[in-house]
Amino acid sequence: MSDNYEPSSAIGKWFDKRLPLLTLFAGHVLPYPTPKNLNYWWTFGGILTFCLVAQIVTGLVLAMHYIADADQAFSSVEHIMRDVNYGWMLRYIHANGASMMFMAVYIHMARSLFYGSYKEPRELIWIIGVFIFLLMIATSFMGYVLPWGQMSFWAATVITNLFSAVPLVGESLTNWLWGGYAVGSPLLTRFFTLHYLLPFLIFALVILHVWALHVPGNNNPEGIDVIKGSQDTVPFHPHYVVKDIFALVVFLVIFAGFVFFVPNLLGHTDNYIQANPLQTPEHIVPEWYFLPFYAILRAVPDKLGGVILMVSSIAILAFLPWLDTSKVRSAKYRPLYKQFFWLFIADVILLGYLGSQTADGLFLIIARIATAYYFVHFLVLMPLLGFVEKTKPLPKSISEPVLSKEEREGQSTQSV
Amino acid sequence: MSEDKSVTRRSFLYITTGTFAAAGSATLAWPFIDQMNPDASVKALASTEVDLTPILPGQSITILWRGKPVFIRRRTSEEIAEAKKVKLDDLPDPQDDEDRVQNPEWLIMVGVCTHLGCIPLGQKGDYNGWFCPCHGSHYDTSGRIRKGPAPKNLEIPQYVFLDDNTVKIG
Repeated sequence: MSDNYEPSSAIGKWFDKRLPLLTLFAGHVLPYPTPKNLNYWWTFGGILTFCLVAQIVTGLVLAMHYIADADQAFSSVEHIMRDVNYGWMLRYIHANGASMMFMAVYIHMARSLFYGSYKEPRELIWIIGVFIFLLMIATSFMGYVLPWGQMSFWAATVITNLFSAVPLVGESLTNWLWGGYAVGSPLLTRFFTLHYLLPFLIFALVILHVWALHVPGNNNPEGIDVIKGSQDTVPFHPHYVVKDIFALVVFLVIFAGFVFFVPNLLGHTDNYIQANPLQTPEHIVPEWYFLPFYAILRAVPDKLGGVILMVSSIAILAFLPWLDTSKVRSAKYRPLYKQFFWLFIADVILLGYLGSQTADGLFLIIARIATAYYFVHFLVLMPLLGFVEKTKPLPKSISEPVLSKEEREGQSTQSV
Repeated sequence: MSEDKSVTRRSFLYITTGTFAAAGSATLAWPFIDQMNPDASVKALASTEVDLTPILPGQSITILWRGKPVFIRRRTSEEIAEAKKVKLDDLPDPQDDEDRVQNPEWLIMVGVCTHLGCIPLGQKGDYNGWFCPCHGSHYDTSGRIRKGPAPKNLEIPQYVFLDDNTVKIG
């Protein structure tokens, strides 16, 4: 695609001959052929890249003022909020940025599920994506611990205690993680270190994610392969650069709305109380983006069982390319899967709601049913649908649905 | 193994070199792992002495030992009786009340829920013992798990009564 690229300036030529960075950039950004029918659900990759960079930049400057010590962490965050120039804004961007990034990643993943972007030949893109998601979970959890408020402290306690469910070595494993016999300063310091490191690992995986994407090229709403050398594709620049920027601006309006009008809406008031190892808050909940997984953890009456099921609920995603037996990618042409897709989304949202409620009585029963359905979706429905579903005929090219629609509309106007 | 793939001096050297490199790397990895374990200053805070004089029957205090809360409860005679009459078959983690106390009046245990580490609230729950608000585990007047996701009874730390009114935990 970039074989015939040559820098125009003399310096560019000199540099590119010695280190072909410009050729690499030109091949992956400028004329990169992209299906012409991508809708706005495809803009979240760009939005996520922006979010990651925004988190790294705001995180870097916050780290200049933050102190990773149990006695000083809470007051150093208050110091950022009250004394540091624009500290309040930087911290609110960083804290809400995590939420916005999860919002975007969930839409990004749902888009893959709907249009079958995880299927052959894009399995590795999806699996790398699952690893990015795992790293995001770890990073945001450790970041949430750093302000050392009540929710930070007890989130750290509950989550690190998950490791105590490991048979035989559970206790030594948690003591090793804590660097002590309970959550305290040593844990805070190592969480800070890792919270600083992991985003760069995410960045590296994002590069692999995009690299792997650029081998087969983008999937598209029709879920069919583009015909090479046809008019199915348009160059990435300017078409999708402009579309991505427009979507990003709309996204940033919402982002700014959170930061400037309701910066604490997604947080928890208890986190403005300094950590107290002698008192657990009445009702502890994780951040909203972990609620479905938290509901799964609590749905199981057994400690180890709950931990295993919660981990499996994420790990199972990596096996999706093989659990889904259907050859047809897009849900547009899969009438049954389309319905089960929305049922699955509803199930995850229901689990999220249940995760925010106390786990007893009716809520617990519903949580168990919803948890069971989550796994049934992946382990029973996805393999089965490929065999029983009668899919709609696929168009011959991605231009065909658009053209035939125009023809139909042309005929109807003629008949009027 | 086919005959022509005989073991040569070269393959011996490859395998020995590889083995030494692997063993060396593994050995060097240990300091990097072990640095995360509880350090000497943390271990040094391993014991705490508590004066029991101000605690009346039916009262409890919570002290911090190794960064964890420890409940010290002076139980009432009803609570002791209630704890003693429970049948072992009714317990998920069977343990006699006598095995959990040195002096039946003083119940001393680590106040950390054995589920995921929250601090249970005292004199609450279905068994008039402790109740963990995080995920709903109920403990009885002996701190034994009765209902909910926690797998074990509340842990009993090592302690000795130095005299009638002083206990040393750890």
